Amino acid sequence: MKTNLYNYILELADNCLIAGQRLGELCGHGPNLETDIACTNISLDLFGQTRGYFQYAAELKGEDKTEDDIAFLRIEREYKNVLLVEQPNRDFAYTIARQYLFDVYHLLLLEKLQFSQDMTLSAIAKKSIKEVSYHVRFTGDWVKRLGDGTEISHEKMQNAIDGLWTYTNELFEVTEDAKIMAEEGIGVDVSVLKDVYYEKVTALLQEATLTVPASKYFQKGGKSGIHTEHMGYILADMQYMQRAYPNMKW
Amino acid sequence: MSEAQLKNLEEIFEQRIANDEKIEPKDWMPEKYRKTHIRQISQHAHSEIVGMLPEGNWITRAPSLRRKVALLAKVQDEAGHGLYLYSACETLGISREELYEQLHSGKAKYSSIFNYPTVSWADMGAVGWLVDGAAIINQVPLCNTSYGPYARAMIRVCKEESFHQRQGFEIMMKLCNGAPEQKEMAQDALNRWWWPSLMMLGPTDAESVHTEQSMKWKLKRKTNDELRQQFIDQTVPQADILGLTIPDPDLKWNEETGHYDFGEIDWDEFWQVVKGHGPCNKERMNARVGAWEEGTWVRDAAMSYAEKKKVRKISKAV
Repeated sequence: MKTNLYNYILELADNCLIAGQRLGELCGHGPNLETDIACTNISLDLFGQTRGYFQYAAELKGEDKTEDDIAFLRIEREYKNVLLVEQPNRDFAYTIARQYLFDVYHLLLLEKLQFSQDMTLSAIAKKSIKEVSYHVRFTGDWVKRLGDGTEISHEKMQNAIDGLWTYTNELFEVTEDAKIMAEEGIGVDVSVLKDVYYEKVTALLQEATLTVPASKYFQKGGKSGIHTEHMGYILADMQYMQRAYPNMKW
Repeated sequence: MSEAQLKNLEEIFEQRIANDEKIEPKDWMPEKYRKTHIRQISQHAHSEIVGMLPEGNWITRAPSLRRKVALLAKVQDEAGHGLYLYSACETLGISREELYEQLHSGKAKYSSIFNYPTVSWADMGAVGWLVDGAAIINQVPLCNTSYGPYARAMIRVCKEESFHQRQGFEIMMKLCNGAPEQKEMAQDALNRWWWPSLMMLGPTDAESVHTEQSMKWKLKRKTNDELRQQFIDQTVPQADILGLTIPDPDLKWNEETGHYDFGEIDWDEFWQVVKGHGPCNKERMNARVGAWEEGTWVRDAAMSYAEKKKVRKISKAV
């Protein structure tokens, strides 16, 4: 099996899976119907992308593995998502900030991934670009609304940005697998996306009258499977059925 | 307006309904027609929104990616139904805020079925199969109801509901053809959802206070008891296909009537839940009121931002 490729796919897909799972928690509990529908939509897009990646990974793995084995039957240390996407929905500002900070990165990544030498990854990226362009517009608009809305919303949005900022730098960490894949023209060297990412985010935060955090202390670990304390609970929920009723079809 | 003029308007109105013409928002309508429609359409909209909660309960735990996506899409459809039904209701001269206020204060009702808990994955199957199945029986006739915006909303709602019902049945089918634990889970779900689903079709005709007027305005085309019989006749053979047993020892085919006879419904339970004392009434209301109240600052921010943007645009233009 092409281990580097397999691991690289998980790196791409786990972000979508966990971000989608977090948004899915909110379905039915949004601040109004329109945002509820929109957040569910983003969640659905992310799960759709996840399935594309995992079906491909399952094919590479062989041994009759399925997308669900990969999604549900790994231990926590084997999930490669960044710490950012597993952060909880403390309030609507946190949800929007988390998603926005991920979406900007996600779109930059996909815009490069569409030129991958791997036809499947290229196809998934092309399809996803359309979806993620909408995500970043939706969450970016909400960052502006909340940042430049009322005093209360400004404070909540600023808190969320301050709280999540520490997880942004990890997005640009290059793992060993990703490095090899980038060299082969299959993956993306995400380190080159960093400057343009912070430029874009800074411009939008400023437009939203928010202060760009000055802290230079960042957290990392997700890409190598060392997660925050939240991750175990996400998996306990997500894997519940597969763990309680092993080897069954649903 | 003189009494004679009013009578004349009423006659024209009744004639239009008799001719199967649609009544549109700007048309004259009797006050009682307007009020009855606000009550029924909003009750329907509230049911969609509260109905998102018991199924939303399983989104994070759905057993496969395919099921997770289908469930998310289904709950999202319900939000969409809520949205078009609230919009249809607003054409009768009431705001969405007022409608929410009625729901949150307990003045407006929603379908009592959503006050039951979803305790296993099989409940996602049973809710789709039985609850959406009963809802379709209630709703299909409404595609021809007299109030235009409601009828048009219902055409779309029914298409999606019938998809949900098939999806629910398919979940049940998979469980019934699976491991013994899965089949047991499916039977348990049927046991818990069967009677509440029958109650969903409303009190018996003798107890139903709105039936007569609603039939006249084509807000209803069949009585509650007729709809219930139709639901049972349609569902029993489906349970047979699944190999599940309907939890009613008195259920049996009646050659003479060409329908299934069935046992006594526990109407005390029905009224208990309707009056707010079901297993999850409080949780459902707390979830709705909580989401609305916690969302206040978000909605305020959106309004304030829109206002600022407008002012900036004007000052730019000047």
